[in-house]
Amino acid sequence: MSTRLAKQGRLIDRSKQVEFTFNGTTLKGYEGDTLASALLANDQMLVGRSFKYHRPRGIVASGAEEPNALVGLGSNRRYEPNQRATTTELFAGLEAKSQNHWPSLEFDVGEINSKLFARFLPAGFYYKMFIHPKPFWKHVYEPFIRKSAGLGAAPDKELVDADTYEHFYFFTDVLVIGGGVAGLQAAKTAAATGAKVLVLEEKSFWGGRAPVDGGEIEGLAAEDWIAKTLEELGAMDNVTLRDRCMGAGVYDHGYVLGYERLTDHAPEAGGPRHRLWRIRATQVVTATGAIERPLSFAGNDVPGVMLAASMRDYIVNWGVMPGQKVVIATNNDDAYRTALAVHAAGGEVVRVVDARENGGGKLADEVRALGIRVENGRAIAKVKDGKRVTKVALCAQNGEGGAREEIEADAVAMSGGWSPVVHLWSHCGGKLNWDAANAHFAPDPDRAPTSHDGKPFVVTAGSASGPLGLGAVMADAAAAGAKAAEAAGRPAQAVAEIATNDVAEAQMEAVWFMPAKADIQLRMKSWLDYQNDVKVSDVQLAAREGYESVEHTKRYTTLGMATDQGKLSNINGLAVLADSLNSEIPQVGTTTFRPPYHPISMGAIGGEARGEVFQPLRRTPMHDWHEANGADFEPVGHWRRPYAFVRGGESVHDAVNREVRNTRENLGLLDASTLGKLVVKGPDAGKFLDMMYTNMMSNLKIGKCRYGLMCSENGFLMDDGVVARIDEDTWLCHTTTGGAERIHGHMEEWLQTEWYDWKVYVTNVTEQLAQVAVVGPNARKVLEKLNAQAGGGMDVSKEALPFMEWRDGEIGGFKARAYRISFSGELSYEIAVSASEGQAFWNALYEAGKEFGVMPYGTEALHILRAEKGFIMIGDETDGTVIPQDLNLQWALSKKKEDFLGKRAHTRSHMADPDRWKLVGLETVDGSVLPDGAYAVGNGVNANGQKNTIGRVTSTYYSANLGRGIAMGLVKHGPKRMGEIIEFPGTDGTIYKAKIVDPVFYDKEGEKQNV
Amino acid sequence: MSDPVSALKGARHAGLVEVRETGLGGMITLRGDLDSDAIKSAVKSVTGADVPALRKIALGDAGAAAWMSPDELLLLVDYAEADAVVAKLDEALVGTHYMATNVSDARACFSVSGEAAREVMGKLAPVDFSAAKFGAGDFRRSRLAQVAAAFWMDDAGAFHIVCFRSVGQYMFDLLKVASHPQSAVGVY
Repeated sequence: MSTRLAKQGRLIDRSKQVEFTFNGTTLKGYEGDTLASALLANDQMLVGRSFKYHRPRGIVASGAEEPNALVGLGSNRRYEPNQRATTTELFAGLEAKSQNHWPSLEFDVGEINSKLFARFLPAGFYYKMFIHPKPFWKHVYEPFIRKSAGLGAAPDKELVDADTYEHFYFFTDVLVIGGGVAGLQAAKTAAATGAKVLVLEEKSFWGGRAPVDGGEIEGLAAEDWIAKTLEELGAMDNVTLRDRCMGAGVYDHGYVLGYERLTDHAPEAGGPRHRLWRIRATQVVTATGAIERPLSFAGNDVPGVMLAASMRDYIVNWGVMPGQKVVIATNNDDAYRTALAVHAAGGEVVRVVDARENGGGKLADEVRALGIRVENGRAIAKVKDGKRVTKVALCAQNGEGGAREEIEADAVAMSGGWSPVVHLWSHCGGKLNWDAANAHFAPDPDRAPTSHDGKPFVVTAGSASGPLGLGAVMADAAAAGAKAAEAAGRPAQAVAEIATNDVAEAQMEAVWFMPAKADIQLRMKSWLDYQNDVKVSDVQLAAREGYESVEHTKRYTTLGMATDQGKLSNINGLAVLADSLNSEIPQVGTTTFRPPYHPISMGAIGGEARGEVFQPLRRTPMHDWHEANGADFEPVGHWRRPYAFVRGGESVHDAVNREVRNTRENLGLLDASTLGKLVVKGPDAGKFLDMMYTNMMSNLKIGKCRYGLMCSENGFLMDDGVVARIDEDTWLCHTTTGGAERIHGHMEEWLQTEWYDWKVYVTNVTEQLAQVAVVGPNARKVLEKLNAQAGGGMDVSKEALPFMEWRDGEIGGFKARAYRISFSGELSYEIAVSASEGQAFWNALYEAGKEFGVMPYGTEALHILRAEKGFIMIGDETDGTVIPQDLNLQWALSKKKEDFLGKRAHTRSHMADPDRWKLVGLETVDGSVLPDGAYAVGNGVNANGQKNTIGRVTSTYYSANLGRGIAMGLVKHGPKRMGEIIEFPGTDGTIYKAKIVDPVFYDKEGEKQNV
Repeated sequence: MSDPVSALKGARHAGLVEVRETGLGGMITLRGDLDSDAIKSAVKSVTGADVPALRKIALGDAGAAAWMSPDELLLLVDYAEADAVVAKLDEALVGTHYMATNVSDARACFSVSGEAAREVMGKLAPVDFSAAKFGAGDFRRSRLAQVAAAFWMDDAGAFHIVCFRSVGQYMFDLLKVASHPQSAVGVY
């Protein structure tokens, strides 16, 4: 029976009772409880079912290492699975549900797995099954496993998280992770040098477990020393203390993530729920303490079996007695403190079994003096299976588990020794040494993680370094604080000795099996990894099957791969593996410790990026007008561009057709502001552009424009656009919308890394200018009308501003640069004005254009207009594997130039291969629209038995002007096969037949644009 | 000719800090050899400011000059004067290798003021905003969350932010989110 004690509980406030629910039942706890302590106070020993065998599981630990007590917390928009009861602070209205059971926690059908199927689910089960015939896996094993295995259910995909999150950047000289007595001492020592210090403590209270374990520091009880030290640190300007903030990961160059849980304990408080601290620390002190190890005996997973120190945490911190009749099993002296705590709280310690032949030291004597029966050289043979502890069988440690004595008990406290928490030390490469005396891995200070300068940037403090006694812990912590401060550039200081009062302990002894020669029946019930259901027998089987590497064994057995990352199972598993391999533990080594130390929320990682600030949307100066005028937007990079402007009663398709026709017949306006505009200037600018583009740009006359192609150094087309010569040493290069930043970066890279001695500057002026394409037979008329209204302006006549030229001047009173360029084949002006006047200019064009039948058009009409003219589009006709020759653009490859990017690549055999697919037009026989991306099939089959392909569709549209489908595609020997009909099987089962034609469908002579 | 308008037309928000779109400012990207006498005297003549040191902004009687890269300055002048200033630079720097471009309309400008300004900035930019490391006259070309931004602190402790015009709305929304009244960090 687990109950609340009448007294004790230093962390709970008995005047503040709170109600919460577990599986729908209302229970009571106190403010200051964790969910785990409150469940135990309500005698809720059974908290979940295990992963594979659905065995009943209870609370084992009191902190982040807890493997079993995972619950689903909250509901609806605040539901979150796999939350640890031990790290969940209780609050009024908390809703928790146990996981992994069906139909109920108390009665679970899956539990028959453990009885009937245990022998079918040994180590390597999944690997072994994969080699069986596919149908067997698909129809027999997978459904079975999916139904029975797994942790909590994923949240409903339709529900949006109710909470918000944020990041915070912080910089410090010394970061101390862990606010136990060691962390506080290290912080105090470091802060005394004047160093800027940040201290993180994952829990809501400071001081770690020292107040539970007892002892005095500098003449004060641990609890009083903690209060005094906190007060001192709090008064220092150079110290920042953050509780509920876990050091989650240590990365290169002193980058550390802190995970602050702001409102998990008060969900209605408002503000962000979690804050991810992105810290740059010159030095990191990890004062992360140590974790107690379980003992491997049969039934060590029955609810009511818990770690010895955790049991006393529940008694001292939360006033909860996990059992009335307690058996304690240990291999070290620390567990005797639990015997004392149970006794002091009025519980009965029915037996202490100490696996050591010679037993314990002073603490053991103290326990005996209380009349408690202590037996040396003894072990637990087995805890009787069930939903809670009822009977415990004892035996000799040095045997096979025979000659058992069975005693009644309702709780078992076990201690297999302590392992320093080395995770954060190890994240960035800190190495470990095996300490045989204490049977644990401890950080090797000579092989610390190193920073950019090759010098160590992490120091461990307190029991995270290895020492377990209070005196050694405090001395180590003070030294660590001084070392970190000095390494962070503060003056060196002598570390004063810290007076402590603690009890000398007898040496622990490594115990990896209990009893030492446990038979197979016992080993099959001795759990190593509770969360993943890995037993001693599984690791031994893996070793027998030849898995010698610890990393392989981990994956084969899934040992340590659960959400607790093997915090409890790691060392025990290694020891069993080493034993099976007849090897030593340090030779077997550890698996890799990876961040985060403890799972952190996805929300914290995303930070503020949700809702309206999920992603930056780029808006042109005319964006609001588009939105107000029916724009159906499409994403182009981060921009939103109108795909079409849909009028009332129209479909999007109708709108596109209307815009296409109107632009050819009357007047269309396109917001072309998103096109990249790079100004390139300098004495070497011409030479530079000749390298960047495949064609000549240096000989372009001032006032003229030229269409150019850009290839990567591997010869593939990467961008295109019109280049204008502005003055003697200045050019303006237009790029595609998506290419502006990329091509700017591309130019800068070549200028900075290869041609650093060339005198060229590039400035990206894309956003300085709003650009409007004024397109259609009435384009000139509207500009002339605007100029007439303004009383004069730029002469836009054919003679004054011929095709492929540009002029500066005023249009309708706006300072403007007009380019006579056309991507539609119509009479067309692209006019750039300042972005701040973009909307006003657009309004002026729109008003003046009304009498000429003006309509705005979107990107789809733009695409159709260019496809009718056979103009290529980067990203449609190109995909990173296409070269200019494929698109019949040989005319744009300069033969005069000595070199340009891509020139050499074009001579490679595969690039020069006459069998490369080439651009052609495609006309369906029946006038229908070819499916986008469809492949044309030829004769025969390839090595895989698939039909040979001979081409593919790159662009395909319905042309309202031509009243039929038009397409472009790349076809093998295409230009030589004009008039031939080829077949495109569609995914809809239809075979589309298309004739190979010239890609220019409209105004082949180009007369319309040149008027 | 119309009245030029800024991206957000002077939008404001009050939370942990006051966020304000400050309207159009004259801005010129000046590229060149920042150590050369020609650039130094040209910058001085148009802004009254010296060429700023690394990650600094220098103020003058007619504007300011901010350090953008080893060969790039951002000159801040009156919006209406920007084209005239470019013309003056062209005249002063003739014969040298340089580039002066009016980018006033490519930008959106914001101010962030109030007690919590350092903290709000510290949620979005990977920069040390402690008083010891960032004070009046300090300048960074960095990012705020997902977009590029440059910012500096004035004598009154307010931050001034410059970003691209197209993401002005995102920047405003971002500052609004980061200044949620219940999101104070409490470290500065």
